[in-house]
Amino acid sequence: MKQLLTGNEAAAEAAIQAGCRYYYGYPITPQNELINYMSVRMPEVGGTFIQAESEIAAISMVHGSAAAGGRAMTSSSSPGISLKQEGISYLAGSELPCVIVNIQRGGPGLGDISASQADYFQAVKGGGHGDYRTIVLAPSSVQEMADLVYDSFDLADKYRNPVMILGDAQIGQLMEPLEFHRKPKKNLPAKNWSLTGAEGRKRNIVKSFYPVKGQLEEFNAHLQKKYKVIEENEVRYEAINIHEADIILVAYGTSARICKEVVKKSQQYEFRVGMIRPITLWPFPKEIIRKVSERVECVLTVEMSAGQMVEDVKLAVEGRCPVHFYGRTGGGVPTSLEIIKKIVEIVPDNRAANTLLQLAEVK
Amino acid sequence: MTEKIILAGFGGQGMMLLGKLLAQAAMADGKYVTYFPSYGTEVRGGTAVYYLIISNEEIFSPLIEEADTLIVMNQPSYQKYKDMLKPDGLLVLNSSMIKLNNLSDVKTYQVPATEIASKLGNVLVSNIVMLGAYLAIKKLFSASLILDQLQAMLKGKKGNLLTINKQALDSGMQVIKTIS
Repeated sequence: MKQLLTGNEAAAEAAIQAGCRYYYGYPITPQNELINYMSVRMPEVGGTFIQAESEIAAISMVHGSAAAGGRAMTSSSSPGISLKQEGISYLAGSELPCVIVNIQRGGPGLGDISASQADYFQAVKGGGHGDYRTIVLAPSSVQEMADLVYDSFDLADKYRNPVMILGDAQIGQLMEPLEFHRKPKKNLPAKNWSLTGAEGRKRNIVKSFYPVKGQLEEFNAHLQKKYKVIEENEVRYEAINIHEADIILVAYGTSARICKEVVKKSQQYEFRVGMIRPITLWPFPKEIIRKVSERVECVLTVEMSAGQMVEDVKLAVEGRCPVHFYGRTGGGVPTSLEIIKKIVEIVPDNRAANTLLQLAEVK
Repeated sequence: MTEKIILAGFGGQGMMLLGKLLAQAAMADGKYVTYFPSYGTEVRGGTAVYYLIISNEEIFSPLIEEADTLIVMNQPSYQKYKDMLKPDGLLVLNSSMIKLNNLSDVKTYQVPATEIASKLGNVLVSNIVMLGAYLAIKKLFSASLILDQLQAMLKGKKGNLLTINKQALDSGMQVIKTIS
C-alpha cells in the first residue's frame, strides 16, 4: 500500500523495517521529522530511542550499541554532522557498522535551513581524522530514501563499516508516495565479533587504538583491503541514454532530479543529452564515467555546491574530455532552465538544448 | 495533466492539511504527486507556503516557479505569492481576510472562508471550506475521495470533528455554485 511520507519519515520507517532498534539523535532542522518519527515508532517496536544531550553524545551512543551488536542509527543536518566527525572516525577505526543520516542544509557555519549539497567533501573524503572511508548513499526521491536506508544496514553489517545517507533539506521534507516493498527484518544473525559478554567463549575486542609499533600499519592495510573490495562490489548509479548523447550530465540527489527533467525534455528534440546519477558517492562510479568520457564531447556536473563532486568526476575522466560545472550555493536549487542555458553555453550546437532554450524564451 | 498549486496562509490556518488532503487524494487516484513545504526561519504569524504538484507523469523538481493555482488565506501571503501565478491561472482567496484593490486578469474566486467556518462553529475549518471551493472549481477529484482521507485522518478522539469538516467541505462547494 502506498503511503505519503516525507523523506525524513521514510528514512526512519525504513530503518525500523531493516531491524534498527537503537536510535540516538539531537534535534536540528531540516531533519526533525526523522527524530520525531523515531520517538513515536521506536517504543512501539520495543526499541531504544534517546534524545541525547548533544550530537557527540548521540554518535557515541551509536558506538556503544553497534559494539554490542545492535543495528544502530543517528541522524542530523550539516552543523550537527560536523560535530559527529570524531565519533565517525572512531566507528570506522573500530570497524563498527552503523547508519548516519545527513539531511544537508546550507553552510558553512550555522548557514541556513534550506537544501544544499555542500557536505560532499566531508561525507566522501572523510570529515574525521585518519585513513578511513564511509560508504555514502545519495537518494533522489522519497522512495529511494526508504530503499537505500533499508539496504544501508545490510551494507554496514556486511563490511563492518559506517554508512552515511547523504540527503538534503528538499529530499528530507518533500512528501511523495512510497511503498515499503521489502520484508521487515526479523531474527538478524548474531555478530560473532560483538561485545555480548565473553562467558563460555574467547573474548572479543572492539577498539581503534593500536599503540604497539607496526600494529596500526597492519590494521590500516586491512582497512584499505576492505575498502578495495567495497569499491569493486558496491558501486551503484543510474545511467540514462548515455549511448546516444554528446554531453553527459553528472548529478546526484536533488540536483539529479532537475537534470533528469532536462534529459527527458531534450528527448523530444533530437536527443543529445544523457546523464549519470551516482547513487553511491563512495564508492564513486568512476568506471562508467571514464568509459562514457571516451566518446562524449564533454561532461557537465551539476551540484548544489561551489563544486565538490566535480573533482571526483575529473579524477574519473582524467582529461579525456572537458569537464564543466554548474552549481548553486547557500540554499539555491538549480532550475532546468539554468542547466539548459549552461549546456547551450558550453555546447552551442546541441540541438536539443537549443530547442529547449528557444521554447523557454518564447514562453 | 499537470496541476501546480501554491498554498499559502499564516501558520495555523491549515494550509499544510489542505495540501496533504489533496496530495493523499491524488495518490489514492493513482497520480504522481509531490508535496513540499517551504518554511523559513520566520516568526509566528508569518507566511507558510506549500508547493503541491499533481500529474499523470513523473515529477522532477517539486519546486514551483509558475503556479496553475494559488490558494491563499491572508493578505500578506497574497501579496507575497500573487506574482507566482501564471497569467491565465486560478486564484482562490479567502475574502474574509484578503481585500483586493483591483482585480487582475487571473480567474479569481473570492470565498469568505473564515466567515463560513465561524458560522459553522469552528474557525479552524476555514481551510476545508477553501478545499471544497477548489474541488468545485477544478473538479480534480470527487468530494468522496477527499472525505475518505478526512475519515481516515479523523479517527478515535478526533472522530467528533468529522461532521463539521464535512459541512465545511460542502459549504465551500456550495459557495462556488452560487458564485458561478
